[in-house]
Amino acid sequence: MTGMRGLSVFISDIRNCQNKEAERLRVDKELGNIRTCFKNEKVLTPYKKKKYVWKMLYIHMLGYDVDFGHMEAVSLISAPKYPEKQVGYIVTSCLLNENHDFLKLAINTVRNDIIGRNETFQCLALTLVGNIGGRDFAESLAPDVQKLLISSSCRPLVRKKAALCLLRLFRKNPDAINVDGWADRMTQLLDERDLGVLTSSTSLLVALVSNNHEAYSSCLPKCVKILERLARNQDVPQEYTYYGIPSPWLQVKAMRALQYFPTIEDPSTRKSLFEVLQRILMGTDVVKNVNKNNASHAVLFEALSLVIHLDAEKEMMSQCVALLGKFISVREPNIRYLGLENMTRMLMVTDVQDVIKKHQSQIITSLKDPDISIRRRALDLLYGMCDVSNAKDIVEELLQYLSTAEFSMREELSLKAAILAEKFAPDLSWYVDVILQLIDKAGDFVSDDIWFRVVQFVTNNEDLQPYAASKAREYLDKIAIHETMVKVSAYILGEYGHLLARQPGCSASELFSILHEKLPTVSTPTIPILLSTYAKLLMHTQPRDPELEKKVWAVFKKYESCIDVEIQQRAVEYFELSKKGAAFMDVLAEMPKFPERQSSLIKKAEVVEDTADQSAIKLRAQQQPSNALVLADPQPVSGAPPPLKIPSEPQSVARTISQPNGTSSNIDPQAPSPDLLSDLLGPLAIEAPPGVVSTEQHGPTGTEGVPDEVDGSAIVPVGEQTNNVEVIGNIAERFHALCLKDSGVLYEDPYIQIGIKAEWRGHHGRLVLFLGNKSTNPLTSVQALILPPAHLKLELSPVPDTIPPRAQVQSPLEVMNIRPSRDVAVLDFSYKLGTIVVGAKLRIPAVLNKFLQPLQLTSEEFFPQWRALSGPPLKLQEVVRGVRPLALPEMANLFNSFRVTICPGLDPNPNNLVASTTFYSETTGAMLCLARIETDPADRTQLRMTVGSGDPTLTFELKEFIKEQLIAIPMGSRALVPAAAAPPPPVAQPPSPAALADDPGAMLAGLL
Amino acid sequence: GTDDHSSDLFWESRINMIHFVLLVSRQGKVRLTKWYSPYTQKERSKVIRELSGVILNRGPKLCNFIEWRGYKVVYKRYASLYFCMCIDEADNELEVLEIIHHYVEILDRYFGSVCELDLIFNFHKAYYILDELLIAGELQESSKKTVARIISAQDQLVEAAKEEASSISNIIAQATK
Repeated sequence: MTGMRGLSVFISDIRNCQNKEAERLRVDKELGNIRTCFKNEKVLTPYKKKKYVWKMLYIHMLGYDVDFGHMEAVSLISAPKYPEKQVGYIVTSCLLNENHDFLKLAINTVRNDIIGRNETFQCLALTLVGNIGGRDFAESLAPDVQKLLISSSCRPLVRKKAALCLLRLFRKNPDAINVDGWADRMTQLLDERDLGVLTSSTSLLVALVSNNHEAYSSCLPKCVKILERLARNQDVPQEYTYYGIPSPWLQVKAMRALQYFPTIEDPSTRKSLFEVLQRILMGTDVVKNVNKNNASHAVLFEALSLVIHLDAEKEMMSQCVALLGKFISVREPNIRYLGLENMTRMLMVTDVQDVIKKHQSQIITSLKDPDISIRRRALDLLYGMCDVSNAKDIVEELLQYLSTAEFSMREELSLKAAILAEKFAPDLSWYVDVILQLIDKAGDFVSDDIWFRVVQFVTNNEDLQPYAASKAREYLDKIAIHETMVKVSAYILGEYGHLLARQPGCSASELFSILHEKLPTVSTPTIPILLSTYAKLLMHTQPRDPELEKKVWAVFKKYESCIDVEIQQRAVEYFELSKKGAAFMDVLAEMPKFPERQSSLIKKAEVVEDTADQSAIKLRAQQQPSNALVLADPQPVSGAPPPLKIPSEPQSVARTISQPNGTSSNIDPQAPSPDLLSDLLGPLAIEAPPGVVSTEQHGPTGTEGVPDEVDGSAIVPVGEQTNNVEVIGNIAERFHALCLKDSGVLYEDPYIQIGIKAEWRGHHGRLVLFLGNKSTNPLTSVQALILPPAHLKLELSPVPDTIPPRAQVQSPLEVMNIRPSRDVAVLDFSYKLGTIVVGAKLRIPAVLNKFLQPLQLTSEEFFPQWRALSGPPLKLQEVVRGVRPLALPEMANLFNSFRVTICPGLDPNPNNLVASTTFYSETTGAMLCLARIETDPADRTQLRMTVGSGDPTLTFELKEFIKEQLIAIPMGSRALVPAAAAPPPPVAQPPSPAALADDPGAMLAGLL
Repeated sequence: GTDDHSSDLFWESRINMIHFVLLVSRQGKVRLTKWYSPYTQKERSKVIRELSGVILNRGPKLCNFIEWRGYKVVYKRYASLYFCMCIDEADNELEVLEIIHHYVEILDRYFGSVCELDLIFNFHKAYYILDELLIAGELQESSKKTVARIISAQDQLVEAAKEEASSISNIIAQATK
């Protein structure tokens, strides 16, 4: 870099930093230096100022916060000389965004440059306004910019910038352009001969017509003229042809503008346009050159969109479908992706659905493509093209795909499969099959809506009931079934299990046994469903079966004193009722039919109801008007809790520990070792393939004093190479989030993602670790070890040694809480990437509040208990200082979020909160805990807290736990460690010889 | 990916335009960022983090488009560098893919077989050139020759100013001898 040695030295220094910490220190030093210099205005020459603001931009680009010096960057804009002014404009437009206050200070200077005579200054000013101008700029500058755009004395250089600058101002404030005067000007602008100005003006037109096409109708024929000019390659200078194609970008823009006009009425214009379109549709061939191919297909796909928009003649439409059919089967992934995308758009056109259906098997193939982008397009298309005739095939494909689909797609996939099954079911038993399979394969992603819906159908259709019951019974034989499956099969067998009585394994007592086996595995909300089923089984058993009665009654007895009110009530009532004979039969009679209503699923997906007419479900619904009863509402979903701050843990636990490579002297034979060199020096675009580049061309800047990765393989001793893998996201933040919710990501790096899903019941917890290999190489030597604290019993199912590419393994972790403690379990996790060991110690979110069960008490319940706890050690009081100031409602939310339930209105003093919860552990059993917080409205940073329970350790631990939640973490200390915000350290590369061979750079070099 | 951060990203209303340009190396180092829609510093870091995670992990032979937060990111790898542009769902992906290539060709012509190091030590040049190519997230010039002409004129202006400055300091030096 000529003349800015200081900047080059700084960049070299940064590149020489061995680790993130060193880089930070170097950056901090530089920022300190810049800050000092900015304070001393007198010695600050324009040159120095220029150098410093470039450094600021570089630091900003590295991901560090640069919160000062904006003024200096902005002030350079008014420098008299070009070099400083240029830097001022560029750096300002990179550092600031349109909402920044400093920008307002610059408006006058910017305006002076725009209306001044200096062409280069005009260009700089227009570029800044075009890139970051906001509403203020729109109001004060639009007329000046318009003048430049239409001025005959301005060169194209200025006018094309003015066109896009005006476009920005129009987006910020549509009133910036007065339609009446401007429509004619706009029309004239489209006669422009300079293709740079014409391209920019056409972009402006697209924005204008998208807002108001009527006003600009005179531009329509002009767009067609532009297309004709380009299609015939008339008056197109060589420099505006791109790989032999006359400005593909301008062609695309002009066709885009035309799509905002609803129709083309003038017959001759329409004819001319269709000639052009026909030529594009028929004349685009697949060629070897990638760029030529891309450019011609960019034009072709835009032409397709325009044809679809114009609802052309049938003949042309079928040409389009034929083309798309060809595209979705080519190997080139971009064209295949776009083929699928545009075929989905094509579904909107009438009369082509049948032609599209012919490609179904090809589309299904794309559902198995290795590329998720393509799979998404295939899914959307299959969903869109599904009807009664192909629903069975398509839904079955979706179900099959569900088993292998990545997490991020499963929810959408299950919802889509459920909707299609309902909308287009050719028969009802098939519908039941699909939903049960869905629950079986992806229970976690099946919302309550879906199983409620299947229960509704079964209830409302008598002939379906024996079938559904036998299916439900079949699923119960599986070893591990999803809890939703337990719910739905318990419900169905309770109602209709008696219809199977004569089949083997289906007697009431057999049904009871097999269902009751599942009870220990389910969570609290499922237990009441099971209890109802048991009662129904008893009721259906005529004559009575004393053996079964005994077993069921024992269960009811057991739950009579359950802390969960719903369970307790059902247990007590069923127990009493089941002794009452006839009354029992009445109360537990079969559920009446549900009123027919629109599927909430379909509402949810906002599907247009038009083709569902032949669906068996809909037909049935029309035949059977039904009556009575509404299905119980789904469990209330708790709102998102506020973030919970926990004082930072020792570094060793809170952060990943990336282990240095102990065996790095054995260079992995697979590792592409010369890569770093070829990375940095390899040509980006053209000429030679990477790795075979002479360094000579890169003269002083490239080699002078830059002993970093470039030649690191020669200079740095092998042992010093670090093999850090970049951690995605902040581990501590992820852990804290998981302390308050039960599923999410625990850890992620470029190769692996560890997700967690947890269920808590009393003092038991069942967690599942999902270990997903994100890479295309196997992860080997996978090890997961639990370091349990004394109070938890933890059992992790063995993790396989190798996780295959793009595969996910699940590893259940059983947790049992023995006694109250705030200690945390740690997962010691490692795997190998080639020869590099990557490891992390991760805290497991099996924390104290997970063993709490929310419980809200009335004052009659609360106060006697409160008074019974007389004082220490069962009831402890403490004045807590340094509390994070929170308004009372926020504090209440905080408590509720960690399941210590606020009991509103119990404390007569409005500044106080009382709360209650139940704690579960093996030694304490279910134990009631009470708390009272007395706040000081005058000083929110302190409060008095009283916590009580029947166990001294519990009281103490809970008090400390609550305190931790309340005490503020100084914001500053967080800001100092924005590990996640900073750019990642060098990433260890997975061995990928294949990637090297397929390097697009290399391929490109060959093609050019 | 994480779902923790999804809520607070601010997006401009749906406009067909390039929302941002991002150059990131295979090691995850950012080499250039340009934002045409307003993002705060925090949002910028978030976007970079998320996208580099996704893009650097995509295998070869896949398509050049990813669907991300309701937007599309068109990207292409050139040797060690990934060039990414974020556009609206309804935008023309291939057109943007060729804008990327167009930019790379201009850089290549300017630097003479450009490599990552050129862009590290001359990052300001990469910004100047981008500004001649795109404004407001739209293509402003599709002629490589025109862009090259403008950039070289700018370089000359800077050189001329430098010479002027040094001749003035010469005169002062002479006078005060």
